[in-house]
Amino acid sequence: MRRRLPAGLTAALLLTAMLLTSCAPASAGSGRTDLVVFAASSLNPTFATLGTEFEAAHPGVTVTFSFDGSAALVDQLKAGAPADVFASADTANMDKASTAGLIGNSPVQFTTNVLTLITPKGNPADITGLDTSLDGKKLVVCADGVPCGTATKKLAAALGITLKPVSEETKVTDVRTKVESGQADAGIVYVTDAKASGTKVETLPITGADKARNEYLIGQVLASARASLAAEFVALVTGERGQQVLKAAGFGG
Amino acid sequence: MIRPSLPRWLLLPVAAAVVFLAVPLVALLARVPWTRLPALLSAPAAVEAFWLSLRTCAVTTLVSLVLGLPLALLLSRGKGRWAAAGRTLSTVPMVLPPVVAGLALLIALGRREPLGGWLAAGGVDLAFTTTAVVIAQTFVAMPYLVVSVEGALRSTPDDYAIAAATLGASPTTVLRRVSLPLVAPAVASGAALAFARALGEFGATLTFAGSLQGTTRTLPLEIYLQREVDTDTALALSVVLITIAAVLVAVTARFSRGAWSRP
Repeated sequence: MRRRLPAGLTAALLLTAMLLTSCAPASAGSGRTDLVVFAASSLNPTFATLGTEFEAAHPGVTVTFSFDGSAALVDQLKAGAPADVFASADTANMDKASTAGLIGNSPVQFTTNVLTLITPKGNPADITGLDTSLDGKKLVVCADGVPCGTATKKLAAALGITLKPVSEETKVTDVRTKVESGQADAGIVYVTDAKASGTKVETLPITGADKARNEYLIGQVLASARASLAAEFVALVTGERGQQVLKAAGFGG
Repeated sequence: MIRPSLPRWLLLPVAAAVVFLAVPLVALLARVPWTRLPALLSAPAAVEAFWLSLRTCAVTTLVSLVLGLPLALLLSRGKGRWAAAGRTLSTVPMVLPPVVAGLALLIALGRREPLGGWLAAGGVDLAFTTTAVVIAQTFVAMPYLVVSVEGALRSTPDDYAIAAATLGASPTTVLRRVSLPLVAPAVASGAALAFARALGEFGATLTFAGSLQGTTRTLPLEIYLQREVDTDTALALSVVLITIAAVLVAVTARFSRGAWSRP
């Protein structure tokens, strides 16, 4: 049975090598200040743009983003993750963070987002909207409990319709990729996601989408050692330039 | 033969290794809301995820045995380039990042891809089905069975098989009565490992099969969702997975004790 060892050993070595390369800590450059921003996944391209502009305006400052589901970010903050700014995709998760005493000042709403229906390019299943054209077709939505899923549920209730999805995803980006790849015939995502997908999807606006509007809130993390920089970043987001970039991405609907 | 004792300074890295491996598990178990465990685990979503996982993993293990055993038998006899290529091919899914496995499956079997489209046209629509879960699990789990059994076969002397063949036993009889019984412990431990790997399958399922309660949302996917919704439920379900994993590892160790014992 000794021959089994080399295969196992090789696998172990490979795994170790993979772990080591993937977990190498980002070297903390001397003389540079790191501003860590925890932001909801849907803010990804927008906040990255603002981060680059912030860095340009503040020499010596590096803005590091962690984009994830809002609830996951709150969990990380609770566990003591070193963040300076937190931007949530809904009120519920910001409330959770505030209640836990993690947020310094009172968080401010800086934008909104609404849902839309998307189909793969060319709309191969001939979907016409949230109607009977979805019968027997593969609709993918966000799961109830995550911000986009809660909004979807609220919207369906407001419109008086019952959705029969084939999959309920944890992340809105997972809904998007399933529609982009054509695995799903249709999906319900944020307007900003539809916009980010570009020509890979067709967008079918939902009449009455404003009945389930997600409010995005931003706040400074209480434990932050860079409070003034954090305040400046919040000011950038809530200010004219930030609003302009957000609007261009489809936010504010 | 008396083996020389290990140097004492080894104890230091050993202690570090034990701490490194034990701390995360202990930390997780310390956070579990034990008093609410029965209530959390009897929620319909949790129960459905549990049974779906058990069902799909059982089918996965069965498929792995049916397809993986013949492959292991052939590979154990193989020499040269083709055998090496076959061995590499059947090992790669083991070390592949799960999301890559999912992407590969999606591109091969996706509804808008050539092969998947052809299947769909023939009435076999795999998208978002339990079958897709089993396919994803089998893709990553079968290699564990193949590697385990192949290794055992290679290190088993041919004497008994040769004797049986000399006495007039047909190849099938030799296989059934001699070769396979000799590696039965490795088959059992390989099957247990495949089951364990299938149980933990996450990335390929999420990418390829989707996530719907009772249909495709297995235990790891339910944990992934609950991490966003209710951390306590995620922790409770983690206890279930850790328990099953511990049992499977113990079973595997028992079966392969002979194989791994000192010479």
